[in-house]
Amino acid sequence: MAVAGLVIVALMVLTAALAPLLAPHDPNQIFGSFEAAPSGEHLLGTDAVGRDVLSRLIYGSRVSMSVGVGAVAVYVLIGVLLGLLAGYYGRWVDLVIMRITDVFMSFPYFMVILIMVSILGPSLLTIIAVIGALAWPMVARLVRGSVLSIKQTDYVQAGVALGYRTPRILFRHILPNTLSPIIVNATFGVAQAIILESGLSFLGMGVRPPAASWGNMLSEAQSITVLSSQPWIWIPPGLMILLAVLSINFVGDGLRDSLESRSYK
Amino acid sequence: MGSYLIRRLLIGIPVLIGVTLINFLIINLAPGSPADLYLTPTSTSADVARVEAELGLDQPIFVQYFHWLTRLFHGDLGVSFQNRAPVTELIGERLGPTLLLMGTSLVIAYLVAIPIGILAARKKNSATDYSVVGASFLGISVPHFFLGLVLIYVFALELGWLPTGNMITLGRGGGFADRVNHLILPVAVLATATAANMTRYVRSSMIDAFGQDYIRTAKAKGLGRSVITSKHALRNALIPVVTVIGVDLSALIGGAIVTEQIFQWPGIGLLTIQSIGARDYAVLMGINLIAAIAVFGANLLTDIAYAVVDPRVTYA
Amino acid sequence: MTAPLLQVRNLKKYYPIRKGVMARTVGQVRAVDDVSFDVYPGETLGIVGESGCGKSTTGRAILRLEAPTAGSVLFEGTDIATLSAGTMRRLRTDLQMVFQDPYSSLNPQIRIGDLLAEPLIAHHRLGRAAAHARAAEIIQVVGLPKLYLNRYPHELSGGQRQRVGIARALMLEPKLIVCDEPVSALDVSIQAQVLNLLKDLQAEFGLTYVFISHGLGAIRYISDRIVVMYLGKVMEVGTTRAIFAGPRHPYTEILLDAYPEANPHLRDRPRIIVEGDVPSPAKPPAGCVFHTRCPSAQAICRTEIPQLTSDDHPVACHFPLSASKTVEAVG
Repeated sequence: MAVAGLVIVALMVLTAALAPLLAPHDPNQIFGSFEAAPSGEHLLGTDAVGRDVLSRLIYGSRVSMSVGVGAVAVYVLIGVLLGLLAGYYGRWVDLVIMRITDVFMSFPYFMVILIMVSILGPSLLTIIAVIGALAWPMVARLVRGSVLSIKQTDYVQAGVALGYRTPRILFRHILPNTLSPIIVNATFGVAQAIILESGLSFLGMGVRPPAASWGNMLSEAQSITVLSSQPWIWIPPGLMILLAVLSINFVGDGLRDSLESRSYK
Repeated sequence: MGSYLIRRLLIGIPVLIGVTLINFLIINLAPGSPADLYLTPTSTSADVARVEAELGLDQPIFVQYFHWLTRLFHGDLGVSFQNRAPVTELIGERLGPTLLLMGTSLVIAYLVAIPIGILAARKKNSATDYSVVGASFLGISVPHFFLGLVLIYVFALELGWLPTGNMITLGRGGGFADRVNHLILPVAVLATATAANMTRYVRSSMIDAFGQDYIRTAKAKGLGRSVITSKHALRNALIPVVTVIGVDLSALIGGAIVTEQIFQWPGIGLLTIQSIGARDYAVLMGINLIAAIAVFGANLLTDIAYAVVDPRVTYA
Repeated sequence: MTAPLLQVRNLKKYYPIRKGVMARTVGQVRAVDDVSFDVYPGETLGIVGESGCGKSTTGRAILRLEAPTAGSVLFEGTDIATLSAGTMRRLRTDLQMVFQDPYSSLNPQIRIGDLLAEPLIAHHRLGRAAAHARAAEIIQVVGLPKLYLNRYPHELSGGQRQRVGIARALMLEPKLIVCDEPVSALDVSIQAQVLNLLKDLQAEFGLTYVFISHGLGAIRYISDRIVVMYLGKVMEVGTTRAIFAGPRHPYTEILLDAYPEANPHLRDRPRIIVEGDVPSPAKPPAGCVFHTRCPSAQAICRTEIPQLTSDDHPVACHFPLSASKTVEAVG
């Protein structure tokens, strides 16, 4: 399952990278026939304004992939730094960081993102920044937990005895040994971020048309006519989100199994 | 145990202050000012200054925060910019439907997840187990809005069995059966992710529990499978499950926003979307604060429940 | 007489016991309680005692891996307990440690070669290439083939790992190495090899060792002098020969008595039976800490703490055994 997931994820990343080559049309080009059913010219038909659905679907993968990777990169970075500091220095540093973590964990995630995006103005970068700024507490907790146990190990004590500076001990000796749970968490995080972005775009608070995102393509289905009689407009992007998220989750699950079993050895 | 409880509550105080502080800062970050309520496009800058002074907006930010906090303690969340009604009143009207939706979903999710998770754990690596795992992955991966649209498409539009949205049929509705009919699809959407997530937790913690020595001892004693499951394994497997409930509330609220929007369910989620559309930040921050306090409370209860359920956890 | 390399003076390490809502300190675990001894250049000082007697904490405090509660650790006359972090870091090149567990003391993610070269690179002693070349030399000194440089710790056996741990301690050419139970985790057959290696290295590099162990065999084999500890306190200090020939503290005698080959010609003698458990270091007995289990305890032992004598075989006992070693003599 994990392998199948990995293959699909790889294909999607490739699609996103090669979108201009793969897309049959310009995603924003408007054709005369709007809301046209799938045909030889438009394999998945056209949308309400007459744009080619397949091309928009291909370009939409760019949004999903960049939000997924971008937001996760931001929050993993924040979470790792805070977790390392809290776990290594302990005492009041730990106390302050963990209380801030508690505060962030108390906020209902999606609602705050929604509000922040509405204040800052919806765009791809805003979404990445806001998810990145809000989603770090889990990572910080994970890292802190690992650091607490790793800093007691003799090899960290040996590093201190050898007179290594704190950054060397933190980043070379402690961090690499906390990575497995972070990698697993980050993988699931990419899937989460993709769902979040599509949800925001669906609600009109994400990537704004005319730019294509799977979420904003689906939002057209909030009209009963589109929903009932033009399934080619909303089913493909929905399936793409499902497929992307499912594949990434499978990869995450596979990673967890392999990384966890290795640590038991 | 008692001292742990007190300490856990004490730790909560700075967190709660942090929650209100951040909430307050976001309000101040938001465009528009409470003074706008009392001003018209023709107001002069002198008018603006006067109104701001009356509202205390000219004072240092921490003084403003303190005033805001005092009003908060008296149950005053401010006034909606959009329809000039008190925020508490607006939220009060919408709270019932949301609690109904979330509560029903949560109950259904647990009713589904616990037996299925146990079943999968007992038949680990069987076809049943694989189907459960596959289905739960599907459940956590499908976005609420896509599932909602598919369900509306199939059950409301194609089959015509259930309504597409709202809480009651307008005009003639309101009976019990009518309400249940309207509840089915949104609950199905909201319960899916929770149930899927929970199934995975129940399954893996049951598998862990079955592998423990005391379970093997119970087997060796000749106890029956159902006794082992219910008396020994379940008790210990539920410990991690308890902790998930707290974490889940945040996700559930997020799901409720999207679900209410799709089904036009007149709850807090729909109010959120409407307020965002109208840039009504007073309402948004009121909702956000209440939701944050709910999540905070759930996290607190989870920690305490964890300490109660698991006798091994000792807190010096 | 040469000046001591290391002087431990009135070293104390207490761990607070916290309880209640505000985590108030309600008591203290006296892991190390007023310990003093000297270590001279080129010698091996053994510290022996049962687990929990504070010998490992003492070792860690010497390297300032634990901050002492009180007392001083003078290395070549400088009190390392009060040095700034930066000065301490530079001084650490002179003081190294070999850890007990060869499995947890090597970072599992780092190859042996990098592990050995790292100290030299971190202290800017050598460039990357030269540091690796030096690692290749040292690994052969500790008796491992060069090809192990490219392996990860988990590919090595316990004895091989401990050799790597020793090699790493040697990289910075330290003056003093604290060996904290370096052979306890190893198979008996491997223990002798590692002890011999430590002895050979001492001769070759002129090293000074503080060798901590609960095993009398290893202590006797490697130590020039021995410190006997019990419940955080020093019971007796003496040359290996003097202590094994005639212990002066009743506790040392019991310890030696439990050691099978210590006195082969006395094997038929009735064993000294000790009653009770080691008291908790959180509630050490008043007076002499050993009086609760001592076969020759008197009234004064319950009230007055015996001080370490200042002769050439110091002992902390109100009724030390005579060198002729007969229990009746004190009874």
